[in-house]
Amino acid sequence: MTVAISMTINGQSVSADVDARTLLVDFLRVNQRLTGTHVGCDTSQCGACVVHVNGKSVKSCTMLAAQASDAEVTTIEGVANGGELHPMQAAFRDNHGLQCGFCTPGVIMSALDLVSVNSDPSEQEIREWLEGNLCRCTGYHNIVKSIQAGARAMREA
Amino acid sequence: MYAFDYKSPSSLSEAADMLQSSDDGVLLAGGHTLLPTMKQRLASASDLIDLGGVSELRGISVSGGQVTIGAMTTHAEVAASSEVANAIAALADLAGGIGDPQVRNAGTIGGSIANSDPSADYPAALVGLGATINTNSRSIAADDFFTGMFDTALDENEIITQVSFPIPDAAGYSKFPNPASRYAVVGVFVSRSSDGVRVAVTGAGPSVFRVAEMEAALADSFSAASVAGISVSDDDLNSDIHASAEYRAHLVTVMAKRAVQKAGG
Amino acid sequence: MSGTGIGASVRRTEDLRFVRGAGKYTDDMNLLGQTYAYILRSPHAHATINSIDTSAASQGDGVVAVFTAEDMAAIGGIPCGWQVHSKDGSPMHEPKHPVLAEGKVRHTGDPVAVVIAESRSQARDAAESIEVDYGVLPAVVDMNDAVTADSTSVHDDVGTNICYDWALGDPEVVDEAFSNAAHVASLDLVNNRLIPNAIEPRCAIGDFDQATGQYTLHTTSQNPHVIRLLMGAFVLGVPEHKLRVHAPDVGGGFGSKIFHYAEEIIVTWAAAQLNRPVKWTADRSESFISDAHGRDHVTKVELALDEDGKFLALRESTLANMGAYLSTFAPCIPTYLHGTLLAGQYATPVIYCEVKAVFTNTVPVDAYRGAGRPEATYLLERIVQVAADQLGMDPAEIRRRNFIQPDQFPYQTPVALVYDTGDYDASLSKALDSADYAGFAARKASSKAAGKLRGIGISSYIEACGIAPSNVVGSLGARAGLYEAATIRVNPTGSVSVLTGSHSHGQGHETTFAQVVSEKLGIDFDSIEIVHGDTDKIPFGMGTYGSRSIAVGGTAIVNALDKIIAKGKKIAAHLLEASEADIEFEDGQFVVPGTDKAKAFGEVALTAYVPHQYPLEELEPGLEETAFYDPKNFTFPAGTYVCEVEVDPETGVVDIASFHATDDFGTIINPMIVEGQVHGGLVQGIGQALLEAACYDDNGQLLSGSYMDYTMPRAADVPSFSVDTTVTECEHNPLGVKGCGEAGAIGSPPAVINAILNALAEVGVTELDMPATPHRVWQAIRSAQAS
Repeated sequence: MTVAISMTINGQSVSADVDARTLLVDFLRVNQRLTGTHVGCDTSQCGACVVHVNGKSVKSCTMLAAQASDAEVTTIEGVANGGELHPMQAAFRDNHGLQCGFCTPGVIMSALDLVSVNSDPSEQEIREWLEGNLCRCTGYHNIVKSIQAGARAMREA
Repeated sequence: MYAFDYKSPSSLSEAADMLQSSDDGVLLAGGHTLLPTMKQRLASASDLIDLGGVSELRGISVSGGQVTIGAMTTHAEVAASSEVANAIAALADLAGGIGDPQVRNAGTIGGSIANSDPSADYPAALVGLGATINTNSRSIAADDFFTGMFDTALDENEIITQVSFPIPDAAGYSKFPNPASRYAVVGVFVSRSSDGVRVAVTGAGPSVFRVAEMEAALADSFSAASVAGISVSDDDLNSDIHASAEYRAHLVTVMAKRAVQKAGG
Repeated sequence: MSGTGIGASVRRTEDLRFVRGAGKYTDDMNLLGQTYAYILRSPHAHATINSIDTSAASQGDGVVAVFTAEDMAAIGGIPCGWQVHSKDGSPMHEPKHPVLAEGKVRHTGDPVAVVIAESRSQARDAAESIEVDYGVLPAVVDMNDAVTADSTSVHDDVGTNICYDWALGDPEVVDEAFSNAAHVASLDLVNNRLIPNAIEPRCAIGDFDQATGQYTLHTTSQNPHVIRLLMGAFVLGVPEHKLRVHAPDVGGGFGSKIFHYAEEIIVTWAAAQLNRPVKWTADRSESFISDAHGRDHVTKVELALDEDGKFLALRESTLANMGAYLSTFAPCIPTYLHGTLLAGQYATPVIYCEVKAVFTNTVPVDAYRGAGRPEATYLLERIVQVAADQLGMDPAEIRRRNFIQPDQFPYQTPVALVYDTGDYDASLSKALDSADYAGFAARKASSKAAGKLRGIGISSYIEACGIAPSNVVGSLGARAGLYEAATIRVNPTGSVSVLTGSHSHGQGHETTFAQVVSEKLGIDFDSIEIVHGDTDKIPFGMGTYGSRSIAVGGTAIVNALDKIIAKGKKIAAHLLEASEADIEFEDGQFVVPGTDKAKAFGEVALTAYVPHQYPLEELEPGLEETAFYDPKNFTFPAGTYVCEVEVDPETGVVDIASFHATDDFGTIINPMIVEGQVHGGLVQGIGQALLEAACYDDNGQLLSGSYMDYTMPRAADVPSFSVDTTVTECEHNPLGVKGCGEAGAIGSPPAVINAILNALAEVGVTELDMPATPHRVWQAIRSAQAS
């Protein structure tokens, strides 16, 4: 079955006819060529696919594109202000919060959601929030530092 | 995934009609069990009926000594609700410990209980508080709702609309998470109200169950010490690579103690 | 040190694309006319294939082709890159590793058939209609069972499950030392099987140009040139100039992306059959049963000591799981990367090690971060702790008493290695200070007051990195050289392209290597580009593994830079009308010391490409140099880790209260990146110690086959770390570097387990295997209390 969907992605209106079983992540990666959102597992745990739907972080591998119809979707590609990195992105670079970069878009999208509900998270709160994001490279140490620094920069902005 | 027809009703009655008229229709709530299972081709549906657009299924209200939560209310909404926190803090606490933040932003109470996963958290709260499950055709007591592993009292075309929780005098939930999946290896929900004490255990057995001996001891004296010496039999408990039945039985006692402590006992 | 030179924590170049989601990983690529491959895998661990009927699948919607082993009969099996000999001199058994199963499947996940269709869903839909008639056989899963005489054979043509029976050392001398020892400590242990789980699943895209006969493989690889060599020469029979292997941004490897996999062959071969690109991307559940696993040793170790706690001899016997087939590097992991490390940091005079490699009906096992060295470190640092406990000695003191002393370098170990430099007491002392070792008793008391058991554990590890001198590894069975190549291409306007055979998949080479170039040439960091991962761009390379990139790849870069500077001096001498011998190169200038004669690097570069005023009769124009560097020795990073844990005796939950690491990596190019490498390694080691285990049932089904059951370390499972360094420079490479990629994973598991056993000593627990899950810790406490 084909379904007609339309949504706003990173501020742009998008419409398409897709197979009903198209996942949001596949719609983003394949149809929209927004390949910054990644797929790292098939059991909704790794968080490489995290995007925002109507301002909340969700796993785009566990959502049909059709479920996001009429929604506002933000991906990692929509975070920076043109050539200028978002403070959270800059904090990840400044604090070496990434290595291979594969989990990073999902981690940053998750971190931005955290800061939206808790502008000054503690180390423990950050570690608990990251339950839905797996990173195999960094050991999380510098991810935690990055999110703290990013949150600080966002508070001060 | 196997192919399916996607339906997006905007009202409960429309959803019920779609379900009724489909060959093998399946309701899509938060989708966090259904979609991964369908991706692995372990489940299929002729029609997937997305309840996301049915606004009458969402929302939280507190009145008449009851907290009522719409079936499509997300775990994150329950966890963040000050109304829930003020009335039954243990329920908000439980919702805030389900899965991870992204799961909580999508997963719903209705979807969770309809699935009746033996290691899900919500069944412990429903049975531990003596909640009532309302559907589009009737009301079902939580004690009668969870009938077995992935099995409930719901009829084929029945839709959960809301869950009502009586507000207890005290309640607490303590969970020992599976280190990999973070589902409950054992979760114990304890409540005390004028109707008595309830102790409900999830994760340990094929379905949520109550521990009468603990309830009696706590009715006598609501303190962790009252349950410390009470253990459940491991005969019918689950066993897997993460926890033997024996370990689960032990954890039931430990988690019960901790839940009572959280409830102020 | 300049702001972007050696020793500066330069922010990473690669992050500018990664934090924006602008990295280009293999699965991000889509080629015109692309098809999709789905691989039908065996649901059984061991079965004959009586027949395969693909007729229905061939008719499926969108299906382009269905292939089985019969269709691929003309191509070779997957080659193994290392040949180990048994102690009787016979070569290891090396059964064929077919691309698609030939008549028999040998592990769950063994590829049986491939469906190629217009979409992934169509390929998978069609695969479900392939009918395979399996004759299920008993599965060989447990290694102890596998080596018994009446065990079923994984490979009928081999007839035994013992791939080789290898030994190192003189058993008689060692036995003699044991018979005269005052004390003998003994330990049986398991080094648990792990699944690497780079977060990017493997992906491969094959492409073929019918007009030119050119093959291209885009793949998630740590070493594209090695894949080109293996697949071109041994499988497809395609010469190098007709085969391009491209590994773009790669989302983590940890060893698992070194190896040559069936899927790479399938998509490349099929692209030529179909004259269309073929893409395959693993689902995570597919990764669990198709990526090579790691570790999986069962070991008995004994340590002989004199009355004062001096080590007299070490004896070890291990069964090492190979899985169903020999993966690319598999045979060398439990032998030359394991047995040779058994001296550790200690002056143990004699050592004997024997290893039986065992075929089982499980996924092949190969290098995973550390590869052999974690296994050696684990058994050694565990037995040292057991000995300390047995003798009533402080675990730090027993180590100090046995350390190789700084004045003993170069130090010839009894297990074939020559350590060049080190100061083991320096890193031990620093780590103990950092951990406030002296204050442990007070912390233990306050934990006890709170109902918790506290323990402290030490691990002093060493590793052999910078792999490896080709003549040495050649004599040990390597079928390739392990040098590295680099080309420095100075462009006409003075910018520099570095073409390196090392591959970066998280290590930050684009930054670190540029720092080395910036330092050596005195030029702007931003004018340097590091190019890697493409056999069409890079002259040659052996890739990234074994903490070799800076020590071997970095040295190749330095040597090529030296050639650039040498040629630059000739050009500058001509321009400055001076003698070449009088020219010196400093801070980006060719100068004649004591004069004002100077030419900037950029001027010399431009002159090389616009050679109007140039010694054309003596010197070629252009400024580009290549160096191949073959290391003279391994490098020997070493250090001490101190872990402190708190155990909840009621549940068995272990909390890492603190973790202090002191490492000696020699010269450090970028401290920020090095710390990050240590953090990541530590969590993989802590994951092994506390959380991770690949579990098979008796039928060879993988029970921990997804993140629902295989416990990956999460942020809340680990603490922040205290990471520090001491420095003794490597003496046989120009940078003085030793490598840092694997240390954390090598050194941490025994520190964690020693700490837990230290905590549990007061409740009588003396034995515990990894992973120390709550369930296992609780069981250990309970059985200790029962006895």
